[in-house]
Amino acid sequence: MNWLVELVLFILLLTTAVLALSVRDLLAAAAAATAFTFTMALLFVSMGAIDVGFTEAVVGAGIVGVYFIAAVFQTSRRTRD
Amino acid sequence: MTNPSESVIIVVVSRALARLIQLFGIYVIIHGHYSPGGGFQGGALLAAGVLLLRMTEGGRASQSEVSTEAAIPLAAVGALIFAGAGLVTLAFGGHYMDYGAVPVPGVEEPVVRYYGILLVEFGIGLAVMTALVAIFDDMVAPDPYGNAVDAAGDRAGTPPKL
Amino acid sequence: MLLLFTGLLVYATIHLPARGDPEAPMHRKENVVGDPVAGAYFIGNAYRDAATPNMVTVILADYRSVDTLGEVIVVFTAGVCCLLILRRRMYD
Repeated sequence: MNWLVELVLFILLLTTAVLALSVRDLLAAAAAATAFTFTMALLFVSMGAIDVGFTEAVVGAGIVGVYFIAAVFQTSRRTRD
Repeated sequence: MTNPSESVIIVVVSRALARLIQLFGIYVIIHGHYSPGGGFQGGALLAAGVLLLRMTEGGRASQSEVSTEAAIPLAAVGALIFAGAGLVTLAFGGHYMDYGAVPVPGVEEPVVRYYGILLVEFGIGLAVMTALVAIFDDMVAPDPYGNAVDAAGDRAGTPPKL
Repeated sequence: MLLLFTGLLVYATIHLPARGDPEAPMHRKENVVGDPVAGAYFIGNAYRDAATPNMVTVILADYRSVDTLGEVIVVFTAGVCCLLILRRRMYD
């Protein structure tokens, strides 16, 4: 049962990673990166490392997402490449 | 991002939510002895509450939480609490950060370590919270005349163009 | 090149011990040359040393507190660098 949860989480991880790299809207890319980090935190928790997962969720999804959004708002929202 | 949000729903909900997030952050710091968590996570949660207010109410209205000028000195105070705890144990003849070396009358050594860990967690939480808030403030810093400055250096009174 | 590197990583991964394996080298009380392993000491003595049930907190803030001090100083230095680079000067 546990491996099924982890399989779903790994698929979600790969999906969000590819999405964050390929999408052209930088705000959507920041959101996808935040989702990637949160999936990573869930994966840590499913492995039993609750402290690491908690740190990852708080810092990655809470703070770094805000920094990404702030940086996007200070610069431009579209990529050029 | 430093201007207040127009929607009153966002402002009211984020005010209530920010208090809940900060309360949970304080709980995480204090309860870190018994449950997952600690200074770093609790400090990041406190910073998340402040950043939520900074984004919705505007940078000026939420200065009473952690003001922009006081952020870096408070971070230094937090780091000095941590390093100072180590120096105090050094003064009592123990190793650096060996809290059990501090003689407190009537208290056993593990309990001294317990409170040493609690003090250090407070220091970490203060330092992490204020440092993260300071980084956010510097990233979205308005110029002293109150106009938003975009990357090209143009002073635009309008919200940032998307 | 990418496939070669992926194959190398997979080859290295399948020889790792299973997760939670009590016979894995990092979970034994002694390592291969006979020295005691730090993790076993932490698990056995964390509550006795600091009266704290959460041994992760004890390791982070007591046994390995100098590491955590470095971590805090890294965050503080990041804040100071952002202040020095990004903050616009107040003229009045």
